[in-house]
Amino acid sequence: MSALKVELVAADRKVWEGEASMVSARSIDGELGILPGHTPLLGVLVTGDVRIATGGGDETVTIDSGFLSVDHDRVVIVADNVDAASLTSTPTA
Amino acid sequence: MGAQQREYRQRSRSVQSTKKITRAMELIAASRVVKARQRVAQTTPYANAITRAVSAVASFADVDHPLTTERETVRRAGVLIISSDRGLAGAYSGSVMKRSEQLRELLEEDEGKEMVPYLTGRKAEGYYRFRGRSFEQSWSGFSDAPTFEVAREIAQRLTADFIAGSENGGVDELHIVSTRFVNMVTQEVQVVRLLPLEVVEDEAPVADEDIYPLYEFEPDGAQVLDALLPKYVTSRIWNALLQASASELAARQRAMKSATDNAEELIKTYTRLANQARQAEITQEISEIVGGASALADAK
Repeated sequence: MSALKVELVAADRKVWEGEASMVSARSIDGELGILPGHTPLLGVLVTGDVRIATGGGDETVTIDSGFLSVDHDRVVIVADNVDAASLTSTPTA
Repeated sequence: MGAQQREYRQRSRSVQSTKKITRAMELIAASRVVKARQRVAQTTPYANAITRAVSAVASFADVDHPLTTERETVRRAGVLIISSDRGLAGAYSGSVMKRSEQLRELLEEDEGKEMVPYLTGRKAEGYYRFRGRSFEQSWSGFSDAPTFEVAREIAQRLTADFIAGSENGGVDELHIVSTRFVNMVTQEVQVVRLLPLEVVEDEAPVADEDIYPLYEFEPDGAQVLDALLPKYVTSRIWNALLQASASELAARQRAMKSATDNAEELIKTYTRLANQARQAEITQEISEIVGGASALADAK
């Protein structure tokens, strides 16, 4: 199974970009998990943690309200503010 | 030293210190405009992502949203005027205000609407205060480095007023007068209608791969649109503010460059005049001495 291409975008910059095997985030209806091969989806996210499982471990960031789009294994997570303090790998500009 | 000579030297010195100031301002603007352009570039992913998402929802979910619905009668039209906090930026603020006056004429005289101004930047505020005109609200103190929080605050106020509609003291449509940063030498004042929204991807050209798949919406189309559209408005305002700040700094850099050039020109002129005055003084002294000597010789 191919991996997910994940982009994490804040209002003022692109926070993180990379490959992941799973993404989970909190949507209005509850926890939302995305695995490769997910159907195209547009979901509204509420304040909470976004967990991105990469090959080298998990990345967890806290976002305020935003949204998430999935299409062809490309996941874009958009939030007004992203608390990137807990990111382990360096963000790609 | 003669009085005239001293006067020229004095003026030349005063112009020299002015030149130092304008030169410093030019350099500061030049370094900050780079940063401002980077900020515009850095926010492009956010703007693109939101625009894509909104277009996707708009093309699949057939839902009417108050923010996209045209009102049948438009009585009050809001105009957000984005100007600068400080002057010394050439025609920057002036041309924004001029454009807004043209828009007022168009709205009020041709289309019979009432213009409701919202201002950002102290220059716009001063313009309205000086003329004793009223405005709805103004924001200032950030024109050369706007923050996202400011953009959100403005967007919230404008969206709320738009949703209220003219019957409840709000507005029926909304325009933005701002300056678009084309490149370092060209900045264009532009008028954009922000609300009701027309989702067009003018900023981001659509690639072939961007044909939208059939999205599922979580929780549903209407709610996704509800969450997305205010963000879209915010991102448009945020982008306008950032472009305006880059334009302001570029305009200031150019204005200060020509001020420095003019100062150099003036210094050159004053130096010439001072030299001329000094030469005239010397010539006069020589002829006085020669005249005096020959008068003495004649008397013997």
